[in-house]
Amino acid sequence: MLPRDGADGSTPGMEAPYVRAKSLNVGYANEVVVADINFELRHGEAFALIGTNGSGKSTLLKTIVGLLAPKGGKLSVFGMPPGNSHARIAYLGQFHRSGFVLPLRAIDVVRMGRFPRHGLWKRIGRQDDEIVLSAIKTMGIEKLADVPLRSLSGGQQQRTYLAQVLAHQADLLVLDEPTTGLDAGGRELYLRAINEEVCRGASVIIATHNIHDEAALCRQVMLLARKVVSLGAPEQVITPETLLETFGIAVTSGKGVQVFECQRRGDNQGLGPNIPRR
Amino acid sequence: MDLLVTPFSTNGFMLQALVAGILVSIACAIAGTFIILRGLAFIGDALAHGVLPGIAVAILVGFSGIIGAAIGALVMIGGITLITQRSRLSSDTAIGLLFVGMLSLGVVIVSRSNSFSGDLTRILFGEILGISLQSIVIQLVATIVIIAIAVICARPFLLLSFDPEQAEVAGFSARLYHNIMLFMIAITVIVSFQTVGTLLVFGLLIAPAGTGALVARRIEAMMAWAALFGTLSMYSGLLISYHFDLAAGAAIILVAVVIFFTVFIIQNLRQRHMVIPKESGHA
Repeated sequence: MLPRDGADGSTPGMEAPYVRAKSLNVGYANEVVVADINFELRHGEAFALIGTNGSGKSTLLKTIVGLLAPKGGKLSVFGMPPGNSHARIAYLGQFHRSGFVLPLRAIDVVRMGRFPRHGLWKRIGRQDDEIVLSAIKTMGIEKLADVPLRSLSGGQQQRTYLAQVLAHQADLLVLDEPTTGLDAGGRELYLRAINEEVCRGASVIIATHNIHDEAALCRQVMLLARKVVSLGAPEQVITPETLLETFGIAVTSGKGVQVFECQRRGDNQGLGPNIPRR
Repeated sequence: MDLLVTPFSTNGFMLQALVAGILVSIACAIAGTFIILRGLAFIGDALAHGVLPGIAVAILVGFSGIIGAAIGALVMIGGITLITQRSRLSSDTAIGLLFVGMLSLGVVIVSRSNSFSGDLTRILFGEILGISLQSIVIQLVATIVIIAIAVICARPFLLLSFDPEQAEVAGFSARLYHNIMLFMIAITVIVSFQTVGTLLVFGLLIAPAGTGALVARRIEAMMAWAALFGTLSMYSGLLISYHFDLAAGAAIILVAVVIFFTVFIIQNLRQRHMVIPKESGHA
């Protein structure tokens, strides 16, 4: 199923990256939003895209999942052009426009996470139900499972959408601002859940403007401001200078310390595939 | 009891009207559910009126109104698709103009016919009491096709209603399934217009499904409720029309709309007392 090592030019002896971008340009119809993006995302790694609204995070994510065509350069997802690995990718977009109209219970929404693996026909069986329930538990919404989606608060809905993503059991999770509306408890459950996904070997790409939480999870961070400001390990990338360039505001010393704490927390708690879960 | 059953048992035309009404209610329940879920009410309305010139031409030339309606619907779907693709911002305006254009074209064409007002009334308000056996057979086949489409496309339709991007990422082409959905709505309009007319068929599409949306927690349940409310409207509307000598199509739609608002009001009164549980405690 996976392209063999070196099949797409990667270093022999290492597994081919799940996502590989080379001189990639992303954008909409007539507009390139971010040019010359280069990165590789491997099996069991998490990758954070940090930037303001309009910095090109969502555009890059949409290009990776195949919703937008690349505007130049090379992008491969599981060794293929994007848009060819539906069963292996779970995507959480930013907008769920009709969520309020639909007569759906939370559990129905989570169950939709199983559709990509089953296509039009394949039966959704007991094993799927167990996966769905486990995702619901992970996000702490057992008591809400039978409640209509439209009766849930924004944060509860976001937990439901995250549970849907988890239920997919995807090899690649692409999350666009997944913590929108989450309270502190929800955020904690989300961080643990993503860590577990990474531990089980999935790759995760998260777009966020929250430098603190995701930096703890991710081996790689990309700062975006309609261009790649910086790319690398969080402790190297997140500096007052790069943050100023990304967010356009001076970062106070206080904030700098906070960022440092997050990195330390990440290091100590070992959020990675080979390190015990916290 | 006599008042409720005898009109149907002693009059063949009433029974045929009821059978047609039930079939149409089922078709409209399914199509209407997706119209509401996907926010296609305006397109549905446009489609319902877009069939008019087709029917008008059919009447003038002397072939089946259903074929004329099908052609009209195809033209309308083509127009809507073109508009939605070309102009994202003002598609409402363009679709609106397309539909009044088709409506007036229909009336202009009908005005050429000898029995102008008679034909126009039949097209706009339906002729459920004069429905033929052949039409009922066509409605039966169409309803089966619509059920089949809804069953086969259940997952993509659900994803599409939830979030078109999710459908696309899950491997179901949003455009393809959107078009299948439009096609399904078009079939429904084509076989339903004879019962309540092109002017009111939109009511049959959204009033029962809207009521279903108020009471149901699941999409399947919404369709079932919609079919039930639709059938109830058909039955009551036909009875009212029979006993009080009123226009049948309009009576049916009126009942459907009254049911919607009754349920709506009851719901609003009840909802004040509803409590939603908090999420489970955090570890």
